[in-house]
Amino acid sequence: MTGPDTVHARFRHAYPGFELDVDLTLPGTGITALFGHSGCGKTTLLRCMAGLQRAPGEMTVLGEPWQTAGFHKPVHQRALAYVFQETHLFPHLSVRRNLEFGYRRTPAGQRRIVFDDAVHWLGLEALLSRMPAGLSGGERQRVAIARALLTSPRLLLMDEPLSALDRASKQEILPYLERLKDTLAIPVVYVSHATAEVARLADHLVMMDRGRVVAQGPLQETLARTDPPFRLDDDAGVILEGRLRHLDEHWHLALFDFGQGQLWLRHEGPMRPGDRLRVQVLARDVSLALQEHRDQSIQNLLPARIERVETDVSPGTSLVRLRVGATPFLSRLTTRSVHQLGLRPGQGVWMQVKSVALVD
Amino acid sequence: MLAADWDPVWLTLRLATVTTVLLLLVSTPIAWWLARSRHWLRQPVAAVVALPLVLPPTVLGFYLLLVMGPDGWVGQLTRELGLGLLPFTFEGLVVASVIYSLPFAVQPLQNAFEAVGEGFLEAAATLRAAPWERFLLVAVPLARNGFLTAAVLGFAHTVGEFGVVLMIGGNIPGETKVLSVAIYDHVESLEYAQAHGLAGAMVAFSFLVLVSLYALNGRARTGALR
Repeated sequence: MTGPDTVHARFRHAYPGFELDVDLTLPGTGITALFGHSGCGKTTLLRCMAGLQRAPGEMTVLGEPWQTAGFHKPVHQRALAYVFQETHLFPHLSVRRNLEFGYRRTPAGQRRIVFDDAVHWLGLEALLSRMPAGLSGGERQRVAIARALLTSPRLLLMDEPLSALDRASKQEILPYLERLKDTLAIPVVYVSHATAEVARLADHLVMMDRGRVVAQGPLQETLARTDPPFRLDDDAGVILEGRLRHLDEHWHLALFDFGQGQLWLRHEGPMRPGDRLRVQVLARDVSLALQEHRDQSIQNLLPARIERVETDVSPGTSLVRLRVGATPFLSRLTTRSVHQLGLRPGQGVWMQVKSVALVD
Repeated sequence: MLAADWDPVWLTLRLATVTTVLLLLVSTPIAWWLARSRHWLRQPVAAVVALPLVLPPTVLGFYLLLVMGPDGWVGQLTRELGLGLLPFTFEGLVVASVIYSLPFAVQPLQNAFEAVGEGFLEAAATLRAAPWERFLLVAVPLARNGFLTAAVLGFAHTVGEFGVVLMIGGNIPGETKVLSVAIYDHVESLEYAQAHGLAGAMVAFSFLVLVSLYALNGRARTGALR
């Protein structure tokens, strides 16, 4: 299903060590995370999509062919933007000249992003006359992102833009990326091996392993699979998106509403009712009971329906997928508990959520 | 120093300047290709470019004399084009100097282009720069120190050449009698005072060239590229 509002990429090529073999159709808006262990071919795929690396195949972006059987549009004629892990800011040009490099080469009729807007979105006003060598890692990556956006791309490709940064710089950049997601209506392909970044930014998830796509789909559904192609082990869990309903100043709690239910989480940092949030609920923090127990310490108690029960990494533990309304959850239990409670698909249970973590 | 001694000095500077300009024009595409190509001809071409480093200047001069002479193919070509013969002319010296100094310009340029790295050029491509823009606006400025080194070395090496000049240029005052040949003449005629004047100036000049070159490279290493 290739259409005028999707990105279609099909490549097949043998590289030393692995064979890239993918056929992907991605949504035309939102952030798609290409996720997998290092060496799984996700960066190679991104480079093939950009045309920086050649592999036989096809590439179509929002109805425009970039590569077909006998045609390979040169990289500099593609309306794409690429953010590199190492930024590659030109060291001989000031921040302003770096930003202008792609902007000036974009035909005036195709410019949809205003120079001052990009400078403002990424907070670069004070840096314009500086040279790249004098910037911090986080500042450099912000300049690189603005420089890429100023070509008014139809597709934004980001290759682990945060992985070379320390924790503080990551925290500095993530809010900018989140805001861009709301501002730009273009598809973004974001390569990462960091679960936290994916959980926070992605709408759509593509999991890769040894050059192949092993799972793909909307973030929530893909993370909630009980048969993940590679086990996330302790990271197995789901991501919920929703709004903050209410703050309980007395008990330092915040009530989070994900549409089909509500969960309490710890009130920390600046939070306001109405804020859009993403929270993570790990499978190991969810336990199940057949009856509603109010006489216990866990605050979050939700009625749910079991959808699947599957053996986890070791035969001793099982992974249970549940639904609260349409929202999926995962629970990791010992196989003995599953047996003793007689858990099976279709059954209604009470879900006890020990911990809900704000994704950041 | 006698007034007649200024002639070889000017001639040498003129030869070195013209040679340096041509040298950079010829070396840049060769160095760019050597730095980026994976073609099988790359190694053989690199070896040919480096030949003047190992060959005695007399060998190079001898073959140039043959090729550019009345029976050589270059000689026949230049004659047919109405340019006459190149040996024993200033133009002949320029051609020989460019070939003789080629490795001194190609190698620093090649190293500089290799050091630019693929990343900046790829970034430029994603910023809609055509191949020639990537070369002129990214590769050349980033290889700036390579160009300076190539120019200084090419100039200095041309000033210092002797064997090739003697083989194909001879000793014609005002046309091919360069500094090194003039010093040789003075020594032959036992005019040690004049030889001292020119030789001393050469030593001072060479020292200055090398000091500035080292300063330049030192600055590049400490990351003073702005």
